[in-house]
Amino acid sequence: MAERASQAGLQAILPAMPVDADAEVLASTRLSDDYCVVAFRAPALAAAIRPGQFVMVRTSAGNTPLLRRPYSVFERLRDSNGEVIGFSILNKRVGVGSRLLYDAAPGMRVSCLGPLGRPFSSATGTTEAWMVAGGTGLAPFATLSEELAAAGVPRRLFYGARTGSELFCLDRFERLGVNVVLATEDGTRGEHGRVTVPLARELGSRPASSGVVLYACGPEAMLKAVAGLAERYGRECEVATERQMGCGMGGCYSCVVRVRTPEGGSRYARSCVEGPVFRAADIVWEERPA
Amino acid sequence: MDLSVRIGALRLKNPLMSASGCFGYGMEYADVVDLSTLGAVVVKGLFLAERPGHPPPRIVETPAGMLNAIGLQGIGVHRFVREKMPELRARGATVIVNICGTTIDEYTEIARILSDVEGVAALELNISCPNIKEGGISFGCNLVNTRQVVSAVRKATPLPLIPKLTPNVTDVSSFAHVAEEAGADAVSLVNTFLAMAIDVETRRPRLSNVMGGLSGPAIRPIAVRMVYECARLVRIPVIGMGGIASAADVLEFMIAGATAVQVGTANFVDPFIWGKLESGVREYMRRHGIERVSELTGTLDIPGEKRA
Repeated sequence: MAERASQAGLQAILPAMPVDADAEVLASTRLSDDYCVVAFRAPALAAAIRPGQFVMVRTSAGNTPLLRRPYSVFERLRDSNGEVIGFSILNKRVGVGSRLLYDAAPGMRVSCLGPLGRPFSSATGTTEAWMVAGGTGLAPFATLSEELAAAGVPRRLFYGARTGSELFCLDRFERLGVNVVLATEDGTRGEHGRVTVPLARELGSRPASSGVVLYACGPEAMLKAVAGLAERYGRECEVATERQMGCGMGGCYSCVVRVRTPEGGSRYARSCVEGPVFRAADIVWEERPA
Repeated sequence: MDLSVRIGALRLKNPLMSASGCFGYGMEYADVVDLSTLGAVVVKGLFLAERPGHPPPRIVETPAGMLNAIGLQGIGVHRFVREKMPELRARGATVIVNICGTTIDEYTEIARILSDVEGVAALELNISCPNIKEGGISFGCNLVNTRQVVSAVRKATPLPLIPKLTPNVTDVSSFAHVAEEAGADAVSLVNTFLAMAIDVETRRPRLSNVMGGLSGPAIRPIAVRMVYECARLVRIPVIGMGGIASAADVLEFMIAGATAVQVGTANFVDPFIWGKLESGVREYMRRHGIERVSELTGTLDIPGEKRA
């Protein structure tokens, strides 16, 4: 795993060819006034998805918004026979496109391009997996939890939000046998403070020999803090980054993350093709992220 | 039905090209489009050396368009030749390389290097990037400098030479004219419009570089006008671009005077657009009884005026 992030070529990065799915909205389920889960029917796309990958969603066929937006895949959806029929995303209402998705009616068609990007490296074989999520950064951990459960890897989720009413879908994770640790900045649920507080304490209480691997997704400041803890406690850590993206295919060079080079310098890597998942140790945390 | 077009000595199988900076180095899209089916793959602008590019944020969406200030992040001409050209050749792509420089010597050196590389079909001379401090647009905003750099590169390479013009001048056609006199085989236009967007809550610019280039459907009518003005003035082919997102847009640019077109921002939105554009153009040709697509170039019909 140590060699992986800085070396791989484009072929190694994209596990499957992306498809442009004319996806039918199955449901847009409101979780709060701002958050919802949007479920899409897109069997071929969904079957190819791996944890940590994303989909470029075109919310309007017109020019408003013009560009697609990247969404981390939340759940893989199955029919009663267990066949994969689609996927869902975790959506927060912020701009024009996310509002359209919040209000999406079943039957609406949405162009979804994917799956894209580098997934989390396979958790099979790790001793214990700890996932760290902030806000909508919860998304990639539903499919990762599934994979961990299938591989029999013990799994924990440290999940933080501003307030208790913004902690969602806990039952899904508990069903997958995930040990969930909660934190809220206002103290309304779980531990009072940032999610990195319980994480730091738990890391500190484990012997260095225990093979805990960290996976993080959330705000940049949280990723940076988790990366710092991983370094301090000598844990392997992967982070799923979030950047403004133009294309999701490697064409526009807008979604860059600064990463270390083997020569000891640094360079901008496109998070759409070399990421969105990076080894935390490879990232140079910049003052002003996108 | 003949979709081929001629750009100087170069024959393209159709008039559809990727716009530089919007298609990476080509291979990024090889999984979703057969690169050999494009008229040409115009790759991301190359300097002699590698360039890191600007810090993010590098793009922001604006009404019917987007601003970018990537800062020409790139691998440099040597790595391009070594790492990218073999795959592009293997895919049968017609490759046009966009070249950049901070000095005339840098432009001519890159041109010399690429002249000996198998599979490079033409050079697009980037004298119009709005996002870098030196070079680029400073050549493209001054008629004397434009003439100098085009003349110098003309002497340095036998490859078809296509200066890419900036719209950030009062009269683009005078630059097309100077490029023609200096030996260009064609001109391409427009590059992006220098523009800006501000987050009023923080009072910060939305791009780290403060300003960036505006592209997308928002600029299309201005680009069509500029292509029209240039095509009326020069005899060399004009390659049109600026917000093309449908077959009708391709046809609009051709009727205005373009021999071929480039597609940029729309490829971000729909990387599968190429086949749709081609079939749309074919459908139009069938409907209008047009055998060769090149017949369309410069056929604007202004009521009451005789066609040229």
